[in-house]
Amino acid sequence: MAKGFFIDLTKCTACRGCQVACKQWKKLPGEKTQNWGSHQNPKDLSYITLKVVHFQEVVVDNKLDYIFFPEQCRHCVSAPCAMQAAKPGAIIQDEATGAVIYTEKTAELKFQDVADSCPYKIPRMDAKTKRISKCDMCLDRVQNNKLPACVLTCPTGAMNFGELEAMSAMAKKRLEEVKKTTPKAVLGDPDDVRVIYLFPVDPKLYHQNAVASLEAPLMTRKQLLAKAATPLRRLFS
Amino acid sequence: MMGSNPAENHPISFKWITKAKENGGVLIHVDPRFTRTSAKCDIYAPLRSGSDIAILGGLIKYIIDNNLYFKDYVINYTNAAHIVGEKYKFEDGLFSGFDATTKKYDKSTWAFELDADGNAKTDPTLQNPRCVFNIMKAHYERYDLKKVVEISGTPEDKLLEVYKAYAATGKPDKAGTICYAMGWTQHTVGVQNIRTMCMIQLLLGNMGIAGGGVNAMRGESNVQGSTDQALLFHILPGYLKSPVATDVSLEEYNKKYTPVCKDPKSANWWGNYPKYSTSLLKAMYPTAEPAQSYTWLPKGEVGKNYSWLPLFENMYKGDFKGFFAWGMNPACSGANAQKNREAFAKLDWMVNVNLFDNETGSFWRGPGMDPKKIKTEVFFLPCCTAIEKEGSVVNSGRWMQWRYAGPKPMGQTKPDGDIIYELFLKIRELYAKDPKAVFPEPIKNLGWDIATNHVYDPHKAAKILNGYFLKDVTIKDVTYKAGSLVPSFAMLQADGSTSSGCWIYSGSYTDKGNMSARRDSKQTPEQAKIGLFPSWSWSWPVNRRIIYNRASCDPTGKPWNPEKVVVSWNEADKKWVGDVPDGPWAPTEKYPFIMKTDGRAALYGPGLNDGPFPEYYEPLECPVPQHPFSKQLNNPTALQFAHETKSVCDPRYPFVCTTYRVTEHWQTGLMTRYQDWLVETEPQMFVEMSEELAKLRAIKNGEKVIVENVRGSLWAIAIVTKRFKPFTVMGQTVHQVGIPWHFGWITPKDGGDSANLLTPSVGDPNTGIPETKAFMANVRKA
Repeated sequence: MAKGFFIDLTKCTACRGCQVACKQWKKLPGEKTQNWGSHQNPKDLSYITLKVVHFQEVVVDNKLDYIFFPEQCRHCVSAPCAMQAAKPGAIIQDEATGAVIYTEKTAELKFQDVADSCPYKIPRMDAKTKRISKCDMCLDRVQNNKLPACVLTCPTGAMNFGELEAMSAMAKKRLEEVKKTTPKAVLGDPDDVRVIYLFPVDPKLYHQNAVASLEAPLMTRKQLLAKAATPLRRLFS
Repeated sequence: MMGSNPAENHPISFKWITKAKENGGVLIHVDPRFTRTSAKCDIYAPLRSGSDIAILGGLIKYIIDNNLYFKDYVINYTNAAHIVGEKYKFEDGLFSGFDATTKKYDKSTWAFELDADGNAKTDPTLQNPRCVFNIMKAHYERYDLKKVVEISGTPEDKLLEVYKAYAATGKPDKAGTICYAMGWTQHTVGVQNIRTMCMIQLLLGNMGIAGGGVNAMRGESNVQGSTDQALLFHILPGYLKSPVATDVSLEEYNKKYTPVCKDPKSANWWGNYPKYSTSLLKAMYPTAEPAQSYTWLPKGEVGKNYSWLPLFENMYKGDFKGFFAWGMNPACSGANAQKNREAFAKLDWMVNVNLFDNETGSFWRGPGMDPKKIKTEVFFLPCCTAIEKEGSVVNSGRWMQWRYAGPKPMGQTKPDGDIIYELFLKIRELYAKDPKAVFPEPIKNLGWDIATNHVYDPHKAAKILNGYFLKDVTIKDVTYKAGSLVPSFAMLQADGSTSSGCWIYSGSYTDKGNMSARRDSKQTPEQAKIGLFPSWSWSWPVNRRIIYNRASCDPTGKPWNPEKVVVSWNEADKKWVGDVPDGPWAPTEKYPFIMKTDGRAALYGPGLNDGPFPEYYEPLECPVPQHPFSKQLNNPTALQFAHETKSVCDPRYPFVCTTYRVTEHWQTGLMTRYQDWLVETEPQMFVEMSEELAKLRAIKNGEKVIVENVRGSLWAIAIVTKRFKPFTVMGQTVHQVGIPWHFGWITPKDGGDSANLLTPSVGDPNTGIPETKAFMANVRKA
């Protein structure tokens, strides 16, 4: 069955348990960082940092807010990166879960093409091996009936994982609740992705790529999606 | 949440705080800076560090002025109606009985007016001008909005929003709770910060009920457990008193510390004191008569303070030969840390028991030290981590939770229990061998049956804490066999026939098994409504989950809030149902606050060292020469050392500085600074400051700056943020900055050093806890 995440940002406290749990499960090394005048670190995703929590101080309606965005691959329902990949077997979509998986063959892809195809600018390349990496939904865990590491560690209930249909329903229900107090709350591209964020305020305040932009990449993606409409996609249209 | 930042420092607790919000709870955060906690709250109010009693005293006045207190609760369950003696006075910031030379109060001047039986006289109509309620009302009359705003820097509209929301919980069907942490305790008025909140909770009827209480968010996961077992100098296990030199016999000791009350409605539970002290002695010295073994206990000098700050003051003066730094890193964790580092050099030897090398064990090769000139011999004993050991941890809700051991200890690291076990065997052997050994009895006779096959056995230790019958004992027609475990502290005896290493843990490990290892989530429908799980782990005392729970009912035993029942009185069966009640008596028979001698919760608390009511004082280092409440600038009884300078309105150090933690590091960082995934997230010492202050000092976000004061100087990366704002205090702009205390010079190499190089060695007069949450500093470009 197709799987999905629901990430409720109203409940995210930026404890960064998810960011660290990801590295722990994946046995990825820590990056050599410096404090750059923010609590956010590393500054961005990298080949060895597949999940990063962004911190933003924003003033909305004259009120200070401190908002957090645990960024990761959205595992698109129809993944543009997989569709454009010229090398078979480099980017595959797991049939059972829908997880988008980058293999060692990504070293043979043109990184820029992969990066450009992603509406959320997630993929990162290793300068040495030229391999490309990103979140793989902890497919090894999921196939063994375990939650992804980031979801398991989340203390507040911000991170949820399960059947995509159930996650989508949970997101829509929670949105209705949140809207009562925060009318501008939205879900991020809920029909197109397997990682559905609930943004209580304008998604662009969290990150420039928090939702798919209206510019070129999305158009490309829309075209791709039109070609590759799946039964799953129809579930949400 | 005030004096705490649970989203960052107690992230798991925020799961439940989030649930409370989902259930319609209003979350309030009062804190000097806007944090990850503030971001999740309905109301955020900033305050200048150290001005808490102004805010809380103002709330007391607001509750009284607007008649929002829970009158039935206050009159029946607190000492509001007690009449205070004529000797009590309060004038211009000082209570009666103050001795300016010794800087101590004569507390006898704060006593109640007594009747012929020795009970306090009361006036339940609250008409008597000397009753506690009226004296309290008069005391806080000065704490008006204008003054509170003036000194705290909190905007008036935010303050009123907080007052209104919190005071609304004074209704019988409402509950309000407070989560505090070191933001309240680490002040020269630390205990009084918490007492002010206790008074508010009593005025609103929020003690003993579901969702009430004054909740300490602990700074270490087993602080509750280690305090229960007497980690601190002033107590023996189970909150018994440490004897002093004048307590020459067990009989005199028991007499002195056993309170007497002639009010038949007071349970006066501490009246059982001799049963607990005698059982403790039998746990320590099973083969000796308690009167004998009492003489073997160490006795303190009368009035001498053996807490952290005086200990390091004495070490600094060269009074100690040796020092065990056990699971601690005082080179980074102690206030005025440079003094501690220099004090280590006065020792002959130090034993450092820890997971990793730290700034304490390696002080001799630290910044500014010349190893050639240091005589101290350091022994490092590597111990294993908590998760490699079996045993219990006690949370702030007093749940004793048993844990099995995880991975096997690495290399030759040992559990602390084994290190202590073997150390003592060796010490005993040396005493036995030495014919000239001085006072060998306490060592030779100590019961030391805590190991199985020479390996420390946590089950044996837990059973010793629970206690045994040492002879056949018959209580109410039931005979308990010698050697069986005591089922509850109600069975402990003062005649030496029972033992218990910590009376409040009696009932935790009985002949039915290890209660703290239980993981059964069954509950009644009533318990489900309040999230009470009576068969999940075990809670002291006697598995009572909410202490003083009889106060959740009216004086006839009917719950104030029928929707959230903790206990209720069943008149037909003549018993309480629900949680384990505070005693079996009918509601009309005894008052609910059974640990208070007179059975009443204390709005007026004549036992503390700095006054029966919390009073506003500035921190010992402060940015103002005076405050609006009195001419007494600081707490006159605060713990301090005359030879150490304090900055008050010193233009060289104009900014209020506070210390705190981040989610990503733990304590002095020893367990996290060696961990790449965590260092990646918070790699370096930082100082947070407002955009306004950064502009004033021409500091750019992310640049290296110097934070300095009378005690020292350190570098930090500037985090310039909207989350800090300058305060307007007494008409002046006061800037505040904040620094974390997790860093140290050992690792990471470019991580910076400890915030405690700047914190003052001044402390609370009751506990001695250092004032690390409010002091003065300067910030400048590096």
